[in-house]
Formats: sequence, structure tokens, C-alpha cells
Amino acid sequence: MSFSLSSLIPLLPEILLAAMACLVLVVDAFLSDERRAWSWFLSQASLVVALIVLWRVAGEGSLLAFDGQFVLDRLAGLLKAGVLVLALVAFSYSRPWLQERGVFRGEYFVLGLFAVLGMMILISAGSLLVLYLGLELMSLSLYAMVAFMRNDGRASEAAMKYFVLGAIASGMLLYGMSILYGVTGSLDLMEINRILLRAGQVDTAVLFAMAFIIAAIAFKLGAVPFHMWIPDVYQGSPTAVTLFIGSAPKLAAFAMVVRLLVEGLDTAQHQWRDMLMVLVVLSLLVGNLAAIAQTNIKRMLGYSTVSHIGFLLLGFVAGTGAGLAASLFYTLIYAIMALAAFGLIMALSRKGFESEELADFRGLNDRSPWLAGLMLLVMFSMAGVPLTAGFYAKLVVIEAIVEVDLVWLAVFAVVMSVIGAFYYLRVVKLMYFDKPIDEPVPARPVDVEVLLGGNALLVLLLGLMPGLLMTLCRQAVL
Amino acid sequence: MITFNQFVFYLFSAIMVISALRMITVRNPVHAVLHLVLTFFTAAVLWVQLGAEFLGIVLVLVYVGAVMVLFLFVVMMLDINIARMREGFVRFLPVGLVVALIMLGEMLVVLTGRVFRLAPPPMPPAGYSNTEALAGVLYTGYVYPFEIAAFVLLVAIIAAIALTLRRRPGTLHQDPAEQIRVRARDRLRIVKMDAEKRS
Repeated sequence: MSFSLSSLIPLLPEILLAAMACLVLVVDAFLSDERRAWSWFLSQASLVVALIVLWRVAGEGSLLAFDGQFVLDRLAGLLKAGVLVLALVAFSYSRPWLQERGVFRGEYFVLGLFAVLGMMILISAGSLLVLYLGLELMSLSLYAMVAFMRNDGRASEAAMKYFVLGAIASGMLLYGMSILYGVTGSLDLMEINRILLRAGQVDTAVLFAMAFIIAAIAFKLGAVPFHMWIPDVYQGSPTAVTLFIGSAPKLAAFAMVVRLLVEGLDTAQHQWRDMLMVLVVLSLLVGNLAAIAQTNIKRMLGYSTVSHIGFLLLGFVAGTGAGLAASLFYTLIYAIMALAAFGLIMALSRKGFESEELADFRGLNDRSPWLAGLMLLVMFSMAGVPLTAGFYAKLVVIEAIVEVDLVWLAVFAVVMSVIGAFYYLRVVKLMYFDKPIDEPVPARPVDVEVLLGGNALLVLLLGLMPGLLMTLCRQAVL
Repeated sequence: MITFNQFVFYLFSAIMVISALRMITVRNPVHAVLHLVLTFFTAAVLWVQLGAEFLGIVLVLVYVGAVMVLFLFVVMMLDINIARMREGFVRFLPVGLVVALIMLGEMLVVLTGRVFRLAPPPMPPAGYSNTEALAGVLYTGYVYPFEIAAFVLLVAIIAAIALTLRRRPGTLHQDPAEQIRVRARDRLRIVKMDAEKRS
């Protein structure tokens, strides 16, 4: 077997990130607490450099390495860039939060970098084995991040739930994968697709495997009825970690669905579309209705995630190229919105006052009109008010679903998002029309101020000019 | 007339069965662990005899070398009440027997060959090393997943240490450097006292 070092070039961003994560790990061990910011700085630098290298490496077509176990196509390029940028912003938002609470430790950033590495591996996976390992690398790092404030009982509880349910989901995924391997005799996703295509009709064993795989996907995404962990983990985790879990991993999960269902099991498209349809209907229903009853904003955003996952999967139910592109667009917009929402919650909190109850947002307009305005934008976007990116994202997904004559599903989704608008607008009402609480808004470092403003305004900007991102999404899935 | 190969097989099988039996019947838990080590070791010998030398080596290295040593640590550190553990022996015997019978039946179904028609696996050619074959697959075709698995393990180590390492002040531990650096006058105070007068 011939091997040349140049065949590793498509992997350069991953290799670089892995090396840097190890470097941060070692450097951090020798830093005194006053110089801890170096770990943060090195982590940010490695994300930036990885982004630049990715830019240089990613070409027009799809690059393969290790006999197709690694795929760098346009989809992978776009999603990886998204993951890197989201992680970069998330690390920036977290720094003041962690410093104030005395938990500014290197492990947060090291584990975060490894989680990003896992996401990138998952996004580029060309075989079942690599996909699983990437997923585990990401999940393991996230479990540890949730638990890393050891003295917080709720965080430990959230970590336990996340870990146990995540392990069950991984087990299901492995069941599905092993049956699929037994049927096709291959781990390579392209090869599996070819073998199934040659076989003609869909084997019962393949459907059996697919049911397991879809259950695992639903677990990882948080689609009803596999959503139980989402509200607890979102509420229980330290906000800095919720921010991280709520944004970048969704992109990786999107890639997982594409790789497994669209690329690997394309022949069984009819069957998985039906299965996903059930998940969509339940997620939209349960997510939106349960969110109304919440008093904790992190928990509310957890349930709102469930409903957004329902929208995200709608594009897959459509099963067309346009549907996929719409789904990808929705995923990216959702990640940006979640990042802004949790970033704002963190910006309003200080030690001893986490600002995570809905009541804590009362009269925010009088205390800080700027932050209230940003929060207004984000909430409008999540609710799908026109002119925001959230509206356009919902629009393209529904358009795709109407094109395949699933009008009832489109109507259902619209009705559900109207119900959902209630709890987003309630936050707006609290901020603008209620008496302010007596709690000063803490000062923010310059980088957080700029990023937070940019992040929330991006939601508006992408709503006004969605063309460029939409074109990128279309190119990525074709 | 049995061949040398068969003789070795029966000898080690007998040792394995006896040590396995002793493992569950001896009173002393440390002896039980040592019998378990013997069982593993003889199983490794049987594997090597079958030509699966890699599995044999791994069994000795991982199970005998690492897992059982840990087991011994645990057994020695825990104060196990043997009398209480032996109480259930007769009570659980029927269940154990049923399990054993079911296992025997399943083995007979597989091994007698009526249903599964097992043929002995073809003997590998001389000079064939399955260690080499495994390494060939693991370090060429699957080197990418192999490396990722290494990172998964690294993250597991980091997570375990980050979540359990606590710096507790006031614990009693030795600091050899401190111990060496200490001088007599740091520890010892010589008090001059007048001798007591005999009354």
C-alpha cells in the first residue's frame, strides 16, 4: 500500500487542532492562576488558525483521505467553518463568566477544543466507524464540560442524565450500525449506498438497522420522544456550557443525519422520511406547548430547541435538494440565534445572580436599552417574525415541504410556530412593559460587547439579505 | 493413542477446570483471585495452541497483568465477610444449575453440528502470524479511526482527572523534599533547666 504525506493535507485543520489542544493542555498545567488567560488566548488562536487552514485546504470538489474514511466536500467545509466560528464566539462569551465565578480553568478550553475536533471528525466522516468515534469524542468532552463545576448539584445531575442517556443513544447507534454492517459487509457509507442500490428493494434488516439509527439521531438532536435530556441539561449546566452545547453541536448533528440517512441509506428514503415525519410532528407539538409552561429561560430555550429541531427535520422530510439546503440554512441560523440568546443571558448575569429566570428580565429596557434591543431581535427571530433570519429560515423550510405536496404538515408547522410565538413574545413583554427589577446590568469587556452586538445584528442582517448564505447552503448540498 | 497436541490440550484443560472450580470454592478471597489468574493463564495457553497467539498474549498482558492485579488490590483492601457471602451458596444452587444446564445445551447444539454444521477452521500456513495481520489492518487501513480512538481515551483521562482531582488542604501526606531539608534545630528545642535539688 502506497502512502504519501500529501494525502494528509485535507486533514490539516484537524491535525492542527488536535496538536494545539494537546499543547494547551500541557501549557495550562504550568500556568499560574493570574496567567490563566493564556490558555484562553491559545485556544482562540488555534481556532482561528484552523479556520484559515481550512479555508486554504478546502477546494472545489470533494477531497478524500484514508480510502474515503475522511471526506472534505463543500458541506463539510461550510459546517466545519461554522463550528469553528461558533466555538470561537462561545469561548469569548464564556471568559468573563468563568473568571467571575472562579472557575476559569484550562480544562474548559481543552475539552472545548476536543469537542470541536470531534465535531469536525463527525462532519467529515466517510465511514460508520469514524462517524461513531467522532460522535463519541464530541459527546465525551461535552459530558465532562457539563459536570466541570463539581460543587454545583444541579450541574452534576444534568451531567449524569446527559451521560446515561447519551450512552444509551450511542448503544442504539452501534446496534444499528452493526446490523447495517452485517447486511452490507462494508463500513464505508458510499459503499453501503452502492450495495443497497444494487440489491434493489429495501431489506427488512436494513429497515431494522435504520430504526435504531434514527432513534440514536433523535436522541442526539433532541427530537421528541427522545428529548427528555434537553431541558434538564440546558437548565442544569453552567450557562457557559449550555451556550456551547446549544450551538456548534447542532451543526455536527446535522452532518450526522446527512451522512447516515442521505448518503448511506438513500435507497430507503421513503421509509426514513416517514419515520422523521413522526418525529417532526411530535417535536413541534411537545416543544412549543411545554415551553409555554416554563419559568426558567434556559429551560424554556431548551424546549424551544426541541421545536426548532422539528423545523430542522422538516427539510429532511421533504427529501429534496431544496429541502436539504433549507434544513442546512435553518441549522446555521438556529445555531447563531442560540449563541446570541445564551450570550445575552450570560451578559446579564453576575456572580450570585444568574439571570436565568424569566422574571429576571422584567423591565430590561429601562436598565439597558441596548441589551433589551438585542434580546428583542433574537426573540423575534426565534419566533419567526418577518425581516429576521428566523422568519426566512422557516419560510424556506415550509416552501420545500409544500413543494412535495405535504401541505397539511406545512400548515401544522405554521400553527405550531404561531403558538410558539407566545413564549418568545412574553420575554419581549417582560422586558418592555413590566416594572424593572432592582439589579444593575454588569459591565462587559469590549470583545464580548462587540461580538454580542454583531451576533444579534447578524440575525437581522441575514434576515434582510439571506441570499449569500442561502447560495452557500445550496452549493453545499448539491 | 493420543498425540502430543491432544495431551497438552487435556492437561491444560484439566488444570483450567480445576482452578476454575477452586476459584469459587476456596474460603480465602485472595486465593480465589490467584486461582482465577491461573484459569486465565491456562486459557491463554489453549488459545496459543489454537494458533491465536495474539489473543493469548493479550489475555496474559491485560487480564492477568493488569485487571487481576487491580482485583487483588480491591480484594485486599476491602474487608469482605466470607461467611455472609457463602450463605447464599445452597440457596442459589438451583438457579446456578439451571443456567449451567442451559449453557451446556446451547453448546451441544452448536458443537454437535446438526444445526450449524461447523467445520474446523482451516489451519493457517506455516509462518503465518495473526499478530502481524492484525497490526497490518490496524496501522494501515484503519489508522485514522485508531488515532481518533487514542484521542477519545485522552479525553477520558482529562475528564476523569478534571472531575476527581481535589486539592484538599490539611491532608496528611509526606513531602520528601521537606523531610530532607529539615534540620534538628527546626524540630528540637533544647531547654536548659536547673537540676532539681534533692530535698
